[in-house]
Amino acid sequence: MTLETLIQQLMNGISLGSLYALIAIGYTMVYGILRLINFAHSDIFMVGAYFAFFFVAVFHLPWAVSAILAVVLTAAVGMIVDRAAYRPVRNAPRISALITAVGVSFFLENLGLVTVGARPKAFQRPDVMSKVVPIGPAAVSGVSIWVPILSLALLALLLFIVHRTKVGMAMRSVSTDIETTRLMGVDVDRVISYTFAIGSALAAAGGIMWACKYPQINPLMGIYPGWKAFTAAVVGGIGNITGAMIGGFLIGLVEIMTVAVLPGLSGYRDGIIFTLLLVFLLIRPTGILGEPLKEKV
Amino acid sequence: MLKLRDLHVYYGGIHALKGISMDVPEGAIITLIGANGAGKSTTLRAITGLVKARRGSIELKGKNITGRPSHYIVRSGVAMVPEGRKIFRNLTVRENLMMGAYPRQDNAGIQQDLEWVTTLFPRLKERFSQKGGTLSGGEQQMLAVGRALMSRPRLLCLDEPSLGLAPVLMHEVFRALTRIHEEGCTILLIEQNAKAALKLADYAYVLETGSITMEGPGPELLQNEAVRKAYLGE
Ligand SMILES: Nc1ncnc2c1ncn2[C@@H]1O[C@H](COP(=O)(O)OP(=O)(O)OP(=O)(O)O)[C@@H](O)[C@H]1O
Ligand SMILES: [Mg+2]
Repeated sequence: MTLETLIQQLMNGISLGSLYALIAIGYTMVYGILRLINFAHSDIFMVGAYFAFFFVAVFHLPWAVSAILAVVLTAAVGMIVDRAAYRPVRNAPRISALITAVGVSFFLENLGLVTVGARPKAFQRPDVMSKVVPIGPAAVSGVSIWVPILSLALLALLLFIVHRTKVGMAMRSVSTDIETTRLMGVDVDRVISYTFAIGSALAAAGGIMWACKYPQINPLMGIYPGWKAFTAAVVGGIGNITGAMIGGFLIGLVEIMTVAVLPGLSGYRDGIIFTLLLVFLLIRPTGILGEPLKEKV
Repeated sequence: MLKLRDLHVYYGGIHALKGISMDVPEGAIITLIGANGAGKSTTLRAITGLVKARRGSIELKGKNITGRPSHYIVRSGVAMVPEGRKIFRNLTVRENLMMGAYPRQDNAGIQQDLEWVTTLFPRLKERFSQKGGTLSGGEQQMLAVGRALMSRPRLLCLDEPSLGLAPVLMHEVFRALTRIHEEGCTILLIEQNAKAALKLADYAYVLETGSITMEGPGPELLQNEAVRKAYLGE
């Protein structure tokens, strides 16, 4: 491999990884608080991309405005999903919530198929994203540069919210002990709602940037990135935000590098990632930053 | 301050509280004693809305709070030191205390109370930026009491606050209780150490398998033959 392709592939892996990281946050935060795998999260990602698509292509709004509106609206969709689907089964056995999540996922996908149709739509990305930028000897596409920068900024903002604000403190306390958090006068349902909003907003940002990277969108576009991001969350240690970020970058890099080094196997890239997940989980079941499992006495 | 009337609580099929009526007058120290499994913790959990009463009513400062969510009740001036401390182990000591002040907006007052709590329990100050989970059992208990105080409660419910504390620290906790009581806080106390509790209390209730079997002023129950036998080990 030449230095040129190495730089290109590294940037490619980092930008893909930062998108996985953005999506993985939503999985890990919801799991940390509710012990729920939110299967619908990958479809929230798709919803974000479609909102941006419509604001740009149909309403002809400026790009930045469209993106921000899409993120805000998707955050609202996330809150609605929680309110309408998950809150009613909050005290039911965990399996009921899990099945509900699968149901919401199918609902959103099929709603997409019915309303916008199965035909992929061409996503108009802003010019900066398609412009080619020289880095050393390599020419790298704007996407590979802007996506990691924007993602890192969002992840920094997230860490600030979680570790430096009052509501972030409540999110962390809810994830250790819901009942005692209630005793502190915290409206836990509201904190959960904010958690869904934040996770969905990040997924929307991820979805929009994904569409800039791969400018074809369809109602099922969330499925594969969703699984990979979920894998990233598990590899990082599910429930752990920093872990999800690390896991995201790791999966993105491994995926791109596998294909770069062994181009003959590119058809198997998803298979390779999931195999790696299985092997990894055999060695370290709680993920990179997960707490070791406590033996139940 | 607080009135319970004919309170019934069930856990699935288990009838844990079988019609409890209690009065906690403003400014009083009331204690609840009883054997393991009598329903003491359940009573406090019902008051703070953590379990729902199937029948009966709870009245706080003249307002009916039966069935209200916990955060509403806590915001109405009730704080609880739960059974088993329940420290947020992934939050720092300071954050644990700040969680206690969660509903408050008066930053100056919160800082003042942070000072106050750390003068009550100087040991917490030294461990401010340490994770709650790394504290010793006794330190966690102090933190749990301190955290409850941070909400400036009008009614403080304590579920065995001295459990696992060395006698010196237990005295410290009891001293702190007397002090906040003098500052006007009403106290509802569950205590393993029935003797210490009865000495402190203005009025006491004896709970047996979900029903109140005896009640009276603390010193009076302290003299009572049956109470001495059952709860003071004499
Ligand atoms: N979550 C629960 N599920 C089922 N039963 C419960 C639950 N919590 C308490 N109980 C039952 O309710 C009864 C009262 O329990 P409670 O915890 O109020 O007792 P207690 O007086 O606080 O006892 P201790 O002194 O041991 O703390 C007990 O019989 C207990 O087994
Ligand atoms: Mg108890």
